[in-house]
Parts: sequence; C-alpha cells; structure tokens
Amino acid sequence: MTIQFNDETFHDDYTFRNSDWAIQRFPFPFHEDSYMYSVNLEPHLSLRPGSVYEKTFDVDEHYVAEMKDRARVLAEDPLRCQSLPHMTLAGWDLLELIMVSKAREYPDLFELHRDGDRWHWINKPLGIEQKFVFLDETTLPCGPLEYITRQAQGDYALLDQRDDNLWMDAGMVTTQADWSLDFDIGMNFFEWHAPVPMASELGVFQRALKFLLNLQQGAPVRRLNWTMTVNPLLDTSPENYHKWGVQKTALTPENVGSKQHLRVELQTLFRLPRSNALAFPIRCYLIRLEDLVTVPKWGRRLHRVLRDLPEELATYKGFIRNRPMIVEYLSQFDDGTPTSPGVFPD
Amino acid sequence: MSAGTKKIDVTVTEVVEVNDLVKRFRFERSDGAEMPTFSGGAHTVVEMKDGGITRLNPYSLMSDPRDRSAFMISVRRDEQGRGGSLFMHREVKVGDRMVLSYPVNLFSLDLRAKKHLMIAGGIGITPFLAQIKQLEGMNGHFELHYSVRTAALGSYTEELKAHYPDRVHVYHDDQGEAIALGDLLDGQPLGTHLYVCGPKGMIEWVCRTAEERGWPAEAVHYEEFLAPQSGKPFSVTLAKTGKVIPVGEHQSMLEALEAAGVDAPYLCRGGACGQCETDVVSHDGAFVHRDHWLTDDQKACGNKIMPCVSRFEGRSLVIDR
Repeated sequence: MTIQFNDETFHDDYTFRNSDWAIQRFPFPFHEDSYMYSVNLEPHLSLRPGSVYEKTFDVDEHYVAEMKDRARVLAEDPLRCQSLPHMTLAGWDLLELIMVSKAREYPDLFELHRDGDRWHWINKPLGIEQKFVFLDETTLPCGPLEYITRQAQGDYALLDQRDDNLWMDAGMVTTQADWSLDFDIGMNFFEWHAPVPMASELGVFQRALKFLLNLQQGAPVRRLNWTMTVNPLLDTSPENYHKWGVQKTALTPENVGSKQHLRVELQTLFRLPRSNALAFPIRCYLIRLEDLVTVPKWGRRLHRVLRDLPEELATYKGFIRNRPMIVEYLSQFDDGTPTSPGVFPD
Repeated sequence: MSAGTKKIDVTVTEVVEVNDLVKRFRFERSDGAEMPTFSGGAHTVVEMKDGGITRLNPYSLMSDPRDRSAFMISVRRDEQGRGGSLFMHREVKVGDRMVLSYPVNLFSLDLRAKKHLMIAGGIGITPFLAQIKQLEGMNGHFELHYSVRTAALGSYTEELKAHYPDRVHVYHDDQGEAIALGDLLDGQPLGTHLYVCGPKGMIEWVCRTAEERGWPAEAVHYEEFLAPQSGKPFSVTLAKTGKVIPVGEHQSMLEALEAAGVDAPYLCRGGACGQCETDVVSHDGAFVHRDHWLTDDQKACGNKIMPCVSRFEGRSLVIDR
C-alpha cells in the first residue's frame, strides 16, 4: 500500500504524530495575517497533487487509528450516530458516494465491484470485505450511514432539505469541535448555528443557507474552519467535556509547543442524488504548534492571527484562557517579515 | 447554475409522439457512460441551438430515477410560447447532439410523509411520473389525481391506470369530471403531504383550498415553472462595465445578458429558485416583477430583480453585474 498507516492513539497516552509528509500537506487555514468569519466556500475540485484537496475524500496516515478511535467512542456512546427514519435513503446516497470515490481514487486500498444492485466492497486497510444488496438494509451489519462512516475519516452530517431550510436529521459525529449531534438532531440551519457569535449579525448564515439550498448535484464545495485543541483529541464533545475541558489547564510555557494543537476542519458539501439531501463531511486535522512552526510562513502568520483575533472569537473557540501563553510561544517564530499570500508553504 | 456548472453531452435516441400536443424525448450520454441518478421531481435544463439564439428551457425528468441509461422528458407544444417547445417539436430528431444540465430538484418528495397525495394537471404530470417510480422502489404510499382536457390529450393516462389501478384517478374536463378537492383533502390520514403541478390556476386553487381546510403550509408542495413572457423591449446597464444591453421583445433579461457574454447565475429559469436574484443599482421606470421568489416588500422596494422572468418599462435600469 502507498500509505504507511500510523499505530497511534488520540486519548490517554496520545501517541498521535504527524510525519513530515503530513506536516507539509496540513490544511493551514489562514490565507492572510488576520481572520474574520466569511462564507469562504469554493468548488471542491481536485487541487495540488498530494494535498488534502486532491481527492474527494482524503485518506492519510491516520486512517486506521482514527477508525479505531471512532469505534471506541461509539462503544461508549452509541448516540454519536443517529439517523431519523426518513434519512435512510440519504445514508445510501452517502455510502455510494464514499465507496465509488474511494475505489476510483485509491484503487490500491479500496475496491468496489457492482453487478446491478449486488455490490462487493473491499477495504484493505481495515481488512473488511462485504457483499450486500444496494438499498437493502438487511444485507448490511448496520444502517448504511453507520456502516460507511465507520470506514471514513471525519464526521458526517446529513441535512434534509425542505421548507426552504436544511435540517440536521442524521449524522456520525465522534471527532467534533464541541458540538453534539444528540443535541442538534432535528434542528434547522439557524437553530444549530445559534451559539456562533457575531456571524448572524454579519448576515453570514442567511447568505450561506441560500447558497446551500441551491447547491447542485455534481458540483460539491468546500471550506475550512478551525479552532485550538489541547492534546491531540479527536473527540472534543460536550458529552465528554468533563474529561477533556480540564486538560486546558495543564498547559505551561514549557509544554505549550507539544500539547497545544491547531485543529482544522475541511468541510465539504455534496448534493445527494436520490434523497436530494446534503452530505456535510467535516474532516478534522490536528497539528501541534512545534510541528506547525517548522513551516516559517505558518508560524509567523498564526502568531499574528491569534494575537489580533477578536475576544468573542477566542472565547467561542475555547482558548481565551491560554491565548497569552500561546501568543507568547508563537512570537518566538515571528520575525516580523511579510508573509506571502495564500495558505501553502513558500 | 451558470457557466462552469456540470453539463452532459447527450444524443437524442428516441422521439415519440405521445399525442397531438406532446412529444417525448429520450437522451443518452454521447460518451456511452451512465447518466447521473436523480430524485423524483428534478428537472434538467435543455440547451437548444435555435439559429443564432441559444434557448435554455427547464423540463421535468419523467423517467425512472434509478434508470442510469437515459433521461426522458415530455414537451407540450405551446403555439403561443416564445419558441422553445416549437423548436423541440419541429427540429429535434433522433441522432441530434444536445447539452443537458445536471439534474436540479426544486420539487422533491418530503420523505417524512406517511402518504403522498399528488394533484396533476395536463403536462404537470411529468415530475409525478418520476416520483411514482421512486416511491414504487421504496414501497412508498401515493395516490394520484390527474386532470386532463380530453382522453385523447391525456398523456400517459392509460399506462398509469394499467400499472396502478387503485391509486390513479383520471378526470376528463370535456366530460365534466372534476377533482372533488375539498372532500379529498378532508379524507386524508395524518402525515399526508400534498403535491401539485399544473397550470397556474390549478396550483392556486389547490393551495388555497388546502389552506382553508387547515393544512399546514409545510405539507403542501407545488412546482410552477413560469415561462418568461414577451414584453416591450428595454435596455439594462451593467454597473461594473457601463455596458448597455438591449432586451428584445421575445427575450428575457437573463437571455439578453447571456447573449452579451455575461456569466449570470441561474438554476430554474422560471422565477422559483432565487439563484438569479440581482441587485438593482438605480432605476427610472417601473418593474414588471413576475417571479415567485421576491417578497411583496422586496418588489415594492425596487432594489432587486429576477432577470429570468421579470422585465422593466421605463427610462433606465442599472443592475449590479
């Protein structure tokens, strides 16, 4: 296989590591030295061979370990995966999209053989082989959404479209930045975004919703979102806040470079063909600050962005307490020289 | 949709005269690959090269959404129309190459419904044909009430009655048959969703009756594509370049923009989806708003226009393009 999968953990002993390859292809989210909300959607077209934007669904060295972490979280809390009864068809749509894309884009890792509705799926990294009948739930070990998202990195929300709104009616959510599917399920676009400060005053959500309602089949889009996470935790859920929230207090000037991570979400949106729902994959990438600053442009820029970020945003993103320490650490890597436009390393 | 949107190169593989007014067209991909799947109620925009004019008309997909071999549409000839349906009827032959858009659905089934109650009038039957096939595949519960002018002009009535004798009801205008709508709506089980597609008057009648009978708006779905209507010629000025574009009598503003090389956004081209909404920078004259998208307040404000169906009469119109 072309990718060497890491044996690593995202909990307790935190053996998660990024290789040099993973550092260089990290989806750094800031295209300039400051940050403010914007809809910032662009077509999800293949970009830069080797980058996380090249494939429909990026598979990297963390794949096997992330899937083990998902299974661990689900065993403790099965409500991380839910699908309201009318969303089963959207689950099949997503299964088809992921299987077809992965088999086409990673033929050495995944195979899909189709004979009408009789499908044969082979997932080599996870050692899974499954024969099933497409659109017949009784031929899979669990529902189609759960089945395929136990084999795909990132969280997945399935949004039903009706009444000129989008409804969070199904999802698999185990790698989230402090939001809960169990809490949000059944909510509409404005309801689930209600906690976000400032953005609604800017009219961001009205514009974004209008765009998404008209998102077309065959024309997916993507955007990046980001936050800060202490320790490489995929599961920073409200359900487990009592376990991870306290870890934010363990940051010291000595360990900030290794414990503090920039967390970036590559969010994509696809119109699903049979259900007319939207698939909303949210893929999480983590990088510790001491790895990030090995790219000089990123070290300089992150320092400036975090230093100048409005207080409401630092509070909402959950690092207001540690911001002075993080900014102090990053200042060592900012010599004040200008940075080049765009997100990629020089 | 606009330039850059996914389009499909197709070949016409079948043209069937369904009756005196309606022809059915079958399109297969010219490269031999499969068509995209779609959901019942979706439409495609057909590009027609009619002499020097490019016409872009939306038509509901009527084929089985699971059938990846082809798309099928039915086109009713409209002698009073601006020419799209006449072009399809007179010019399009088996073997012709054409371009279709990817499917777009502005009339999808609400999959929460316990029962789907469908009301069709005339050529408005087409989206229901695809929805019925989709529901059949998932054991969905539907009932169709279909009103046609005469038996001879009723498209697909025989096939529907033969396949679904208990679920399809056909009404002939010339025999004085009419849908007993009030009784029909009152007798529906909880969880029923109502869908209507047909002439404007029918849609208004069904929506009004449902509202009077206490149906929640969320359970009533309709699709009405407005065809752009002819009107007095006018000019529109682009704020970004200062370019002045004439809009002809039988042309929509959107078509005039496209003909002038402006990459303007659109999806339904029928005043329903909102995609072509355009800001008005200044105007001296009166708008002829014909869309279903802008609210009455927005129309009164005069700072937005939907160029797919709406027009302008007056001295000057400057838009933000």
